[in-house]
Amino acid sequence: MLTSDNAFSTALALILSMDSALISIVMLSLQVSLMAVVIASLLALPLGAALALWRFPGRNAVIIVLNALMGLPPVVAGLCVYLLLSRAGPLGSWGLLFTPTAMVIAQVILVLPIIAALTRQQIETLHGEYAEQLQSLGLTRPRMIPTLLWDARFGLLTVILAGFGRASAEVGAVMIVGGNIDGVTRVMTTSIVLETSKGNLPMALGLGIILLILVTMINAIAHMIGETAKKRLG
Amino acid sequence: MNKTTALITAGALSLTWSGTLLADDGYITLASTTSTENSGLFGAIIPAFTEKTGIDVRVVAVGTGQAFEIGRRGDADSLLVHDTAGEEQFVADGYATERLNVMYNDFVIVGPSDDPAGISDSETVVDAMQQIAESESPFASRGDDSGTNRAELRLWEDAGITPQGEWYRELGSGMGPTLNTAAGMDAYTFTDRATWVAFENPQDLTLLFEGDEALFNQYGSLLLSAERHPHLKHDLAAQWHEWLVSKEGQQAIADFEVDGQQLFFPNAE
Repeated sequence: MLTSDNAFSTALALILSMDSALISIVMLSLQVSLMAVVIASLLALPLGAALALWRFPGRNAVIIVLNALMGLPPVVAGLCVYLLLSRAGPLGSWGLLFTPTAMVIAQVILVLPIIAALTRQQIETLHGEYAEQLQSLGLTRPRMIPTLLWDARFGLLTVILAGFGRASAEVGAVMIVGGNIDGVTRVMTTSIVLETSKGNLPMALGLGIILLILVTMINAIAHMIGETAKKRLG
Repeated sequence: MNKTTALITAGALSLTWSGTLLADDGYITLASTTSTENSGLFGAIIPAFTEKTGIDVRVVAVGTGQAFEIGRRGDADSLLVHDTAGEEQFVADGYATERLNVMYNDFVIVGPSDDPAGISDSETVVDAMQQIAESESPFASRGDDSGTNRAELRLWEDAGITPQGEWYRELGSGMGPTLNTAAGMDAYTFTDRATWVAFENPQDLTLLFEGDEALFNQYGSLLLSAERHPHLKHDLAAQWHEWLVSKEGQQAIADFEVDGQQLFFPNAE
């Protein structure tokens, strides 16, 4: 029977055993989610900042859609990417379905709106405070983007972590586009689903505990980097 | 701070894309059912095939309905499923060129150990299902167009029952999640034997009905059409298809056991 006790001992035993299958699953999870967050950040940070600075017709609609997409169900994102990458789909000839690359693409779609929408919010506030100053320096809007992003970096670190949280926690998208193939596209969350479906609940919860520990560690590292940098800048 | 940023980026990038993700053509993608994957059958037989041919088999385990869809779209090189009528239709529609019997096991009905519908004494599975419906005992159905779900619906039809009402609960889930749910709400459910035997969270569920010929569960391998999907790895898939029905493949299937119990019975002609 399942008790929290044996889930913890299962988790502990898994960690201590340094099982090679587990390590490769953990590594793939980190690779896919970090890659997705890096790509999404490279696109979404400038996009969010640009959206904060420019005024154009339909801007409100874009902001609303972006905000709404923060709630995009992972399974829907997965389905769209599946249809896109399937052999019968427009990008089928790339042969990417059921590969880690497909999983990264799906997670980029999930993470990008979160980072872009929250960046837009932060930069808009910051710009409101510094608009006159920036203008007096004679900065054009494209030149303001890196300045503002740099100035908002500590807030944006949290934004990026929110994106990473979304990527590492979701299962619906990677299950569909990755296929949960043993040794190829199996990640932490899909393993948890698989173990649950086998009725192996202690193992499922044990894997969940390991995933939480990993995510906590990554957040702790990011937090420490942020704090150290703040102190150095006085 | 610039250094720190560079470090983070470098760290993140170095974690990404190591050797495991490079393209490798020595594999096929097999769409199959959750029952074969969850019971551990593939883990037991694929290594023997890989050792002989050098071909790895990547299994995407889904319901039979979804496996057909993956095959129709050309997203898998081979299919191993369990819905003979559906498989024959798949061949007739031109998506596959050949269908072969590989193995069988059987379906069973599991339910709460006090057996409120009294099906453990039933003569036939149709009787058992009628008793469940008459007593309106909770019944958890896959409801996901899987091979098991299709078999269950055919039996309701044979029993002359249109299952509906509060007692009949369509879950829209795989076999494992359906067993988890049935265990949670003390419901009867219809399952393949392999998933049941390998299932580790039965709680109060127990096997109540088995052995009727109507519960026969045939698995078939499909060789996909090279004409319709020329991009697929037909040569490699054909080797897998033929290995499954070869003496060696059939023996590997017969040798697979969980808790000393054989779960799949080879029956290639």
